[in-house]
Amino acid sequence: MAEIKLLGVSLSPFTHRVEWALKTKGVEYELIVEDTKNKSPLLLESNPIHKKIPVLIHNGKPICESMVIIEYIDETFEGPSILPKDPYERAIARFWAKFLDDKCLPTMGKALLGEGEEQEKAKEECVELLKILDNELKHKKFFGGDQIGFADIAANALAFWMGIIEEASGVIWVTSEKFPNYCAWRENYNNCSQVKEYLPSRDELFTHFQSRFHSAAAPK
Amino acid sequence: MRVKIALAEKGVAYESHEEDLFGGKSDLLLKSNPIYEKVPVLLDNGKPIVESNNIVYYIDDKYSPNPLLPSCAYARSRARFWADFIDKKVFEAGMGIWRSKGDELEVAKNDFIGILKKLEGAMGDKDYFGGDNFGYVDVIATAMTSWFHAYEVFGGFKVEQLCPKFGCWMKRCLKRESVLVSFQILKRSISVLSCLERCMALNRTGSVDSIALYTF
Repeated sequence: MAEIKLLGVSLSPFTHRVEWALKTKGVEYELIVEDTKNKSPLLLESNPIHKKIPVLIHNGKPICESMVIIEYIDETFEGPSILPKDPYERAIARFWAKFLDDKCLPTMGKALLGEGEEQEKAKEECVELLKILDNELKHKKFFGGDQIGFADIAANALAFWMGIIEEASGVIWVTSEKFPNYCAWRENYNNCSQVKEYLPSRDELFTHFQSRFHSAAAPK
Repeated sequence: MRVKIALAEKGVAYESHEEDLFGGKSDLLLKSNPIYEKVPVLLDNGKPIVESNNIVYYIDDKYSPNPLLPSCAYARSRARFWADFIDKKVFEAGMGIWRSKGDELEVAKNDFIGILKKLEGAMGDKDYFGGDNFGYVDVIATAMTSWFHAYEVFGGFKVEQLCPKFGCWMKRCLKRESVLVSFQILKRSISVLSCLERCMALNRTGSVDSIALYTF
């Protein structure tokens, strides 16, 4: 029986974050694919508060919330460090990770997948957030500096998933003309060796979101 | 308040600079926290660290005496989980009580109490979220309880009656010098209840965020 189990969904950016961390550290694990519409007793027992994936189960002990799991993996297993060692640098990494995860991602999600007034309002907010990110990335390749770091992984959905959703929607508004540094970061993230081999299938994601947009547009 | 409690627990000397959030924000604040333009901001040798949860973490990371986070990685992950839960759920649920009337108020109150019950579960049979010792999650949670009297008045309930274990924990925390001093300083400068009553009378729900920052 595997010592480390990951309850997740293959196409989910939150599950991907944890898989990336485990693979970066060279940790063997068993991925248990969950059906989020029919959650398993193991998931409900392991994450009774939020009842959500991903959940890492290490020697029978569950750890929940993707960024909490990543810090746990960084502290527990040998291998390349995900967070910096210096306390100040760690505070900066955690700040950006939270900003990207709690603020930017939900707003961009609504801007791309929302409807009506809520979508329009989210788009306006998104433009302001992207200006902030674009400015932060002015003199660096990644949020973590020269290398992918904790904050970059928190932004994985912005880098990979959101670009695909834009394409599937047929409306591209995050352009390198408007946000040159942010788009350069996105390109670097998706093509860097530490990330590229672990990304899910682009075609599968595109098909999934394209059919979602078609269903939404279909006459009711 | 969280930051002051953490600094006191660690015995770290600091200079406090009070911002006037209802007047104009200082240039130093705007320069140190250009994204959120909010307090608290910790300046350590001129380097800014922002967001109260993040600052408390930094203080614990940098100053080793009297650790707030446990040494075991699993226990640390549980502490981070609950700190995140408290940050995302408690304030919103409390504000739900303040904003609601009639049947909605009962729903909001039950929501809030439900969250406190989950926190009671997290504590188990220990004195603190940190186990036998006051720790990181206790610092994060205790600052929020400065608002609870206001919720009790608006909601017509008493936390210690509906969540006795949580009520005992609140009293236990208030006996700690770091917490007591911070609460006393707060009481001298702001009455959360009066502010919320004023905001409600003026229909200025946006002002609530400023008050929150002043107290957390």
